Amino acid sequence: MSSTIQPLEFNGNWELSPSLESTDHLSLKNQYGLFINGNFVKPLSKKFFPTINPSNESTIAMIAEAEEKDVNLAVKSARVAYDGHWSKMPNKERAKYIYRIARMIQEKSKELSVIETLDGGKPIRESRDIDIPLAAAHFFYYAGWADKLKYAFPIANPKPVGVAGQIIPWNFPLMMAAWKIAPALATGNTLVLKPAESTSLTALKLAEIIQEADLPPGVVNIITGPGTTGNLMVNHRKIDKIAFTGSTAVGKSIMKNIAGSNKKSTMELGGKAANIVFEDAPLDQAVEGVINGIYFNQGHVCCAGSRLFIQESIYDLFIRKLKDRMQSLILGNPLDKNTDIGAINSHNQLRSINKYIDIGKKEGAEIFQLNCEIPSKGYWCAPTLFTNVSQSHAIAREEIFGPVLAVQTFRTTNEVINKANNTPYGLSAGVWTDKGSKVFNLTSKLNAGVVWANTYNKFDPTSPFGGYKESGHGREGGLHGLEAYLNLS
Amino acid sequence: MIKEFNNIKVDKVGIEDRINRITKRSLKRESKLKGLEMILSMIDLTTLEGMDTVKKVEQLCYKATHLHNQFPNLPSVAAVCVYPNMVRIASNSLKESDVLVASVATAFPSGNATLQIKINDTKEAIENGANEVDMVISRGKFHSGEYNYVFDEIAAIKDVCGENSRLKVILETGELGDYDHIRMASEIAINAGADFIKTSTGKISPAATLPITLVMLEAIKDHYYSTGKMVGMKPAGGISNAKLALQYLILVKETLGNLWLDKHWFRFGASSLANDVLMQIAKQKTGFYQSNNYFSKD
Amino acid sequence: MSERIKVLKTYKIFIDGKFPRTESGRYYQLKSKDIPYANVCLSSKKDLRNAVVAARKAFLPWAEKTAYNRSQILYRIAEMLESRKTQFIDELTIQGFSKKDASKELDQSIDRIIYFAGWADKINQVFGAVNPVASSHYNFTLFEPMGVIGVLSSDESPLLGLVSSIIPVIVSGNSCVVIASEKYPLSSISFAEVISNSDVPSGVINILTGTKKELASPISSHMDINALGLFSQKIDKQIFINATENLKRISSFNDIQIYSDDFDSPYIIKKFMESKTTWHPVEVDFTKTNNY
Repeated sequence: MSSTIQPLEFNGNWELSPSLESTDHLSLKNQYGLFINGNFVKPLSKKFFPTINPSNESTIAMIAEAEEKDVNLAVKSARVAYDGHWSKMPNKERAKYIYRIARMIQEKSKELSVIETLDGGKPIRESRDIDIPLAAAHFFYYAGWADKLKYAFPIANPKPVGVAGQIIPWNFPLMMAAWKIAPALATGNTLVLKPAESTSLTALKLAEIIQEADLPPGVVNIITGPGTTGNLMVNHRKIDKIAFTGSTAVGKSIMKNIAGSNKKSTMELGGKAANIVFEDAPLDQAVEGVINGIYFNQGHVCCAGSRLFIQESIYDLFIRKLKDRMQSLILGNPLDKNTDIGAINSHNQLRSINKYIDIGKKEGAEIFQLNCEIPSKGYWCAPTLFTNVSQSHAIAREEIFGPVLAVQTFRTTNEVINKANNTPYGLSAGVWTDKGSKVFNLTSKLNAGVVWANTYNKFDPTSPFGGYKESGHGREGGLHGLEAYLNLS
Repeated sequence: MIKEFNNIKVDKVGIEDRINRITKRSLKRESKLKGLEMILSMIDLTTLEGMDTVKKVEQLCYKATHLHNQFPNLPSVAAVCVYPNMVRIASNSLKESDVLVASVATAFPSGNATLQIKINDTKEAIENGANEVDMVISRGKFHSGEYNYVFDEIAAIKDVCGENSRLKVILETGELGDYDHIRMASEIAINAGADFIKTSTGKISPAATLPITLVMLEAIKDHYYSTGKMVGMKPAGGISNAKLALQYLILVKETLGNLWLDKHWFRFGASSLANDVLMQIAKQKTGFYQSNNYFSKD
Repeated sequence: MSERIKVLKTYKIFIDGKFPRTESGRYYQLKSKDIPYANVCLSSKKDLRNAVVAARKAFLPWAEKTAYNRSQILYRIAEMLESRKTQFIDELTIQGFSKKDASKELDQSIDRIIYFAGWADKINQVFGAVNPVASSHYNFTLFEPMGVIGVLSSDESPLLGLVSSIIPVIVSGNSCVVIASEKYPLSSISFAEVISNSDVPSGVINILTGTKKELASPISSHMDINALGLFSQKIDKQIFINATENLKRISSFNDIQIYSDDFDSPYIIKKFMESKTTWHPVEVDFTKTNNY
């Protein structure tokens, strides 16, 4: 490839004007209580904290902080609902409640998308096309399982576990709530769910939907608060199962807390996925997959393809294509329908990402960033790519949870398998090649719970998701996702 | 030579995913108006009917030079595209304007004729005043694996065109079967000397589509990466409304960048697109939704 | 003031999403205590032929929809039916059902639609398999729809029988041509109206009224029908013989099964599916294979 050729130019000349999604139709309260036993109640703690729009740092609403007495109340109401009726209700009737929730999410999808974007900073395109539709689809799919469990686990006499405590992260707030709540309800459990501190709003809107769907009180309880609230749930004696999605560090501490108890658990934790591009891959689509793999949701994705492995023979061409494609990414107001890269979820997270970018530079990696205007308010990080990275670099080993890609090269299949597996994580991986036999070879050798071939970051309610090694245990989604909420004999 | 082509594979699902994203771009206000004006300047206003007459071609040429009268400062279309026997009429009608004359040639639309006939066809079009030649490739030969034949034929026609007449090579993608074939035919045409690659004759369905155009734009990009030479792109057929044409522009912008956002490197082959673009421009300028009755049909 | 004259409903057949009259122009009359209350189309062989053409055309697009999408469309039928409950109950009582039985027939029908709708995206998860073949191949088996299914609906169960003979058949992606109950045809046509208002693509479900005596023979011998679902009691042996011409798959059910809760089973769906197995090589580590 000649280096004298003028680079392609993607900015200037003709720019897309902002196309903002309207916020007129939102019904948001100034203050949200806890959703316990079918009602929104004031926290006994009497404490509230603000939830912030990370794209402009303004306060959207005040959220209740649940302390010990509140948690006890929520767990008690879940317990009573479980023993009283929910676990005994005919399966097909339970199904109909879950279908109702699915339909109402679909009906309110626009409002939910906008709130998700306001509260979390993700582009409206993603909340509109991915988060909210997938949340509805999850309820729809698991509703169907409620009266079919005997076919999922023949002769195993599937029985609900009891009361589930569910703690979810801030990267896909409503979708994660759906991943947790839908299978728990379908299998006959009741639950207490705690959304992440920085993104409680859509979970609270979901509580309103659950109210509207006339779900019996106490079946779903949604309480809000910081990590300490989560801790109270983890240690609560009357909770039979903990479902956690979040960082590996917190996951480990939860496992320590429940070690030796009878609590069941599923942990969906961090990752450092390898995205592997072979020389025979459909290159332009691979570029697209790499972009989608790491910059989707600002890289706040546990399965993000944060380590890119390019076969050496196509390295120059591929990097060139990748950088050119990055130029047409649009960073800015998450409510703009044209935005590809929204705001970083919180100030803390931004600090952590920037720390890694500094480390990357200090370690001698070569940095390339999207040249774009950064808004003056809010938390932002331009899409970043590091080349000249080796396995021992911190940016290639540690989960950054931001839009930062570490690029390495390889020569042979065995080499890349070894490199890809050389990590404590094992959530996901990507493989790009035109050859099916190579795909299946890699899928069998890669230690990861999900392997995408010639695609990346695809999710579906029917498809199990979860990791190997320190990426956690248990699976969510699909038939396998039911098992975490059942006792089988 | 065969090995040289088709080194890069195309994944159908991936291409369509990408298009799905492009079509979700939203255009408002200034960027929309600017886009519409750009589209207008890129149109090859086309009539390619068995029933074309001198009058019809004259009317079309009149339209090409006056269609923007309603609003000051609108660009004219890029070219008028006709059959070789109408080139003289068109070039006479357009000689006062900067609208170019494009002629289809090489036994359009089937391309089933001997090379000599195709060469003569092309020569005649150029002698009669065609600035641009739109040739069709031999799809039969392509499907029988005679890639060298397809290559040589394009090269021979380009020889006839010389430096002064730009050659657009029509792949007739609707007959090529799949994206890998379209990619390969694009590479053959580009390497054989095409100044433009063009999707379709407009006589076969499907004609131009966004995914097909993306595959061809990627071939153009890879050629640019390796040689620094720019090749133009012309989707033709089936692009009849402004909204769709704007999506094509965004696709070009995000695949090849600014350099290609110019009538010298990007064209639309269309007959009814111009009216819709004018209607949308009117909508942008007046704020009212428009009716067909206020725009002349030719 | 004179009494308002009621507008009476014309009951027509359902082909390709439209409601034509039978091309034959014939009808038969339904009476209650000797008073006629409806004229019902007596469909002909030609109507059947048209219905099969429509079903064939609809088959692939329907089968190629995502299972999730099919599931939602079927669920929508249940929603529409729930909202028209009173109309159906009235029709059943005209046809001689008690209010209580009619109401139960409705509830069971709606719940059954929802039950089977949920299987669309689960059937292959329960019955599909990855087969551990003893070679370097990845091998898996999936279930696919058969094509166009000819259905002879229950004679005795006007709505539950109809629903039970249609939903399990189409949930996997088949299209169907249904011969409705001769005795209770009204619910069939009203159900067709529900279908036509619930996003089910035209031609996926076609419903003909008439006599099984006349229509069973052409439906069983039609070469473009892939399988038969016999939910009717009185099936002549000749029907089974006709079906062998193109080896139609045949599944039979009786009314006792239809009214039982055990009918809620994925095995009903599976009777109208074929299994397909795919082999694909898996690359073996090249350093381990050159020791010939």
